[in-house]
Amino acid sequence: MSDAIFSELESESIEIIREVAATAAKPVMLYSIGKDSSVMLRLAQKAFYPGPIPFPLMHIDTGWKFREMIAFRDRTAKQVGFRLITYTNPRGAAEGIGPITHGSAYHTDVMKTEALKQALDLYGFDVAFGGARRDEEKSRAKERIFSFRAPGHRWEPKAQRPELWNLYNTRINPGETIRVFPLSNWTEADIWQYIRQENISIVPLYFAGERPVVKRYGQWILVDDERLPLEPGEKPEIRSVRFRTLGCYPLTAGIESYATTLDEVVAEILGATTSERQGRVIDHDGAGSMERKKQEGYF
Amino acid sequence: MDTLRFITCGSVDDGKSTLIGRLLYETKLIFEDQLEALQADSKKFGTQGERLDFALLVDGLQAEREQKITIDVAYRFFTTPRRRFIVADTPGHEQYTRNMATGASTAQAAVLLIDARKGVLTQTKRHSRIVSMLGIRHVVLAVNKMDLVGWSQLVFDEIELAYRRFAQDLGFDTITAIPLSALDGHNVVEPGNSAMPWYSGPSLLQWLETVEPEKPEVERPFSMPVQWVNRPNLDFRGFSGRIGSGSVKPGDSVRISPSGISSRVKEIAVWGGAKAGAFAGDSVTVVLEDEVDASRGDVIAAASDPIEASDQFEADLLWMSEHVMLPGRPYAALIHSKSAGISVTHIKHHLDINTGAHLAAKTLSLNEIATVNVSFDRAVPFAPYSDNKRLGAFIVIDKLTNETVGAGMIRFALRRAVNVHWQALEVTKVARAEMKHQQACCLWFTGLSGSGKSTIANLLEKRLHADGRHTYILDGDNIRHGLNRDLGFTEEDRVENIRRVGEVAKLLVDAGLIVIVAFISPYRAERQLARGLFASGEFVEVFVDTPLEECERRDVKGLYAKARRGELKNFTGIDSDYEAPLAPEIHLDTVGTRPESCVDRIVRLLDFSAHPFD
Repeated sequence: MSDAIFSELESESIEIIREVAATAAKPVMLYSIGKDSSVMLRLAQKAFYPGPIPFPLMHIDTGWKFREMIAFRDRTAKQVGFRLITYTNPRGAAEGIGPITHGSAYHTDVMKTEALKQALDLYGFDVAFGGARRDEEKSRAKERIFSFRAPGHRWEPKAQRPELWNLYNTRINPGETIRVFPLSNWTEADIWQYIRQENISIVPLYFAGERPVVKRYGQWILVDDERLPLEPGEKPEIRSVRFRTLGCYPLTAGIESYATTLDEVVAEILGATTSERQGRVIDHDGAGSMERKKQEGYF
Repeated sequence: MDTLRFITCGSVDDGKSTLIGRLLYETKLIFEDQLEALQADSKKFGTQGERLDFALLVDGLQAEREQKITIDVAYRFFTTPRRRFIVADTPGHEQYTRNMATGASTAQAAVLLIDARKGVLTQTKRHSRIVSMLGIRHVVLAVNKMDLVGWSQLVFDEIELAYRRFAQDLGFDTITAIPLSALDGHNVVEPGNSAMPWYSGPSLLQWLETVEPEKPEVERPFSMPVQWVNRPNLDFRGFSGRIGSGSVKPGDSVRISPSGISSRVKEIAVWGGAKAGAFAGDSVTVVLEDEVDASRGDVIAAASDPIEASDQFEADLLWMSEHVMLPGRPYAALIHSKSAGISVTHIKHHLDINTGAHLAAKTLSLNEIATVNVSFDRAVPFAPYSDNKRLGAFIVIDKLTNETVGAGMIRFALRRAVNVHWQALEVTKVARAEMKHQQACCLWFTGLSGSGKSTIANLLEKRLHADGRHTYILDGDNIRHGLNRDLGFTEEDRVENIRRVGEVAKLLVDAGLIVIVAFISPYRAERQLARGLFASGEFVEVFVDTPLEECERRDVKGLYAKARRGELKNFTGIDSDYEAPLAPEIHLDTVGTRPESCVDRIVRLLDFSAHPFD
């Protein structure tokens, strides 16, 4: 695959990122620490080179992210030099809400969706970048690059603004916000090949390594800390696993792999027979579950 | 390897989603877990009995799956060894035409589906015209469901002939008709099949892999709209943007539009250092040799072929809102990186989507296409859409709701706004008002103290302002504290008060403004005097009719209480008369009516738009 694709994808994404910087009152980039966020971060660096990124990055911390993700986040913020905001839903934290005790749906609702809405309102951000791609999920494929949200952060899929050419309508009334997805037209394969081409650093969990895991729902769950209660008879075993996507560790399954270099990971991805979201417990909640979550304000 | 962006469109139930699902499936883009979900969904929602319903792979919204139709454009991605594809699967229903246009605006080729049993339908024609208007030059006529017409060559040939006849004026460079069955996969990926030995052309995928859409923007001279000025510190000043046409390298002479300032390219700054050259489609940051001024919305272009600027254009316009487009109404617009006010000054003709006939029209409704004259409120750098999409496309935005309501494509400028000496015109009242896209007038509010004049006047001004009108309020408070502070409340002073206010209102109307006067103005004669200062139709008397008891009950400023105690002399309604208008243009009964409703009523009754071409 030649540079031409990346130059086109990259130029489109940079145009989108600059458009927000030029028109938004108070933009923020949602930073989830994953591979897509890493690519989005690099694109933002490129968009404003040689200047710094003119808006903060924000991480919604559910309290259940892989430890390696948090370490990577803080290291990257220091290296790149962006302003990092982290936010955790205080109500959820006080009530000790977690995926194990409260179930994945409720946990996601409170610690991600509700937390995100709280944080956007708290800081008064009017435009928020997200790293979602249209190839991830069916309702994402229908979403605009500049996705308008009514007051209360609701997405109304049947009333999306027409989005013609590269002309993005960024006008909003008070209380309304926009989610912007610069990676809309990238595929998972594009992301990985771009990471390889640009030598972008990513969380080590994406590479295979010997890790303590248990088998749940037929998939490998990392025993990342002592909070993961073991079922009777369950014993962590050491396996060589890596992760295709990263989220809350009890909700994100790894796959057995010996791919320890970018080339090996990319080779595995290109030959994959299952989609990356298979490792996400959240999507299995029911048909249309992502659309419903998005209507409620999920990114 | 390059990328081809194409759309699929056609009528309801032609099988668009099924076709794309089939393409994804055959090019191995469906993962095992997605296939499992598809199997489950096919049983639950499917229309194909026990078979896989590929449409469910793309119809992603719950409402779409329930209604078994496509509402919004879905973007899909697949790659073959030869090319990377972005497919915009667009809806067939007429009410979602704007979503179809969204998909078509970035596409280089179109796959028009036709149900072999139905042939060329209205919707096929509508979509073909939109595809043509948006500048797509390569079209595949995918005649689907051939299995349902017995793989008949006769049926296929008739459809192809009918379509070619219809499309001869649409400016397509190539039209390729392919008979296929999306359900069975015939001619979708692999060409040739025993059922249709009479067809020897390419399969759909073969066509998609080999079509070569021309890229006119690559061949043209350099142009780049300034999207963002990059100035991180005093030592660096770069102009960021995406190159719209041509190429650029350090040393090139450039000229900035609309200022006309010239300079040379010093550097193309990109991550990782400077670049030797950049091309149409690249996002770059250009550093110029001189400290020149340029801001967002300006265009940097080759000095040998500078970009012109103008404020009046003939353009094609697709209307995308349930609220009709009214000529004269001010809207917001975005053209490349430039925001401006815009209004349609004249609808030249409305295009009948079925026959292509040019019809007369006063307004434009949802999904209608017209050729119009538009007027921007400032000069904008531009190029005709057919030469340079990036500089010729614009969107129209409703100022109140901020919805995107129109999509426009510039044909040519009606006059050149820069570098041309204007013919000296006498500047008249009408000319001043027209520049503000409005008709100047005086709205004269009369009524008792506390009747609600100022409240309604202020709300009205806010509403007009939001609509882009240029307004001014004259009310007792701002006039009596300045201009008329030498006047009291005797009958003589009241008359002089109104005379002066009338004269000021006249001057402001002459300046092209919509003037709102909110004065008790109790005497008929003085109101008549004021009316006499204006041309016919310019003076609108608004009677804010609130009974004395109600005004006294409200008594917002406590004046009635004072007057009753005898502390205020000559107070209208108490010891001074109020002569109610006999035939006001607008009569507002405020009891039981919210001020907002009164404003609605005024806005409904009056037309503030300019009608220069009517």
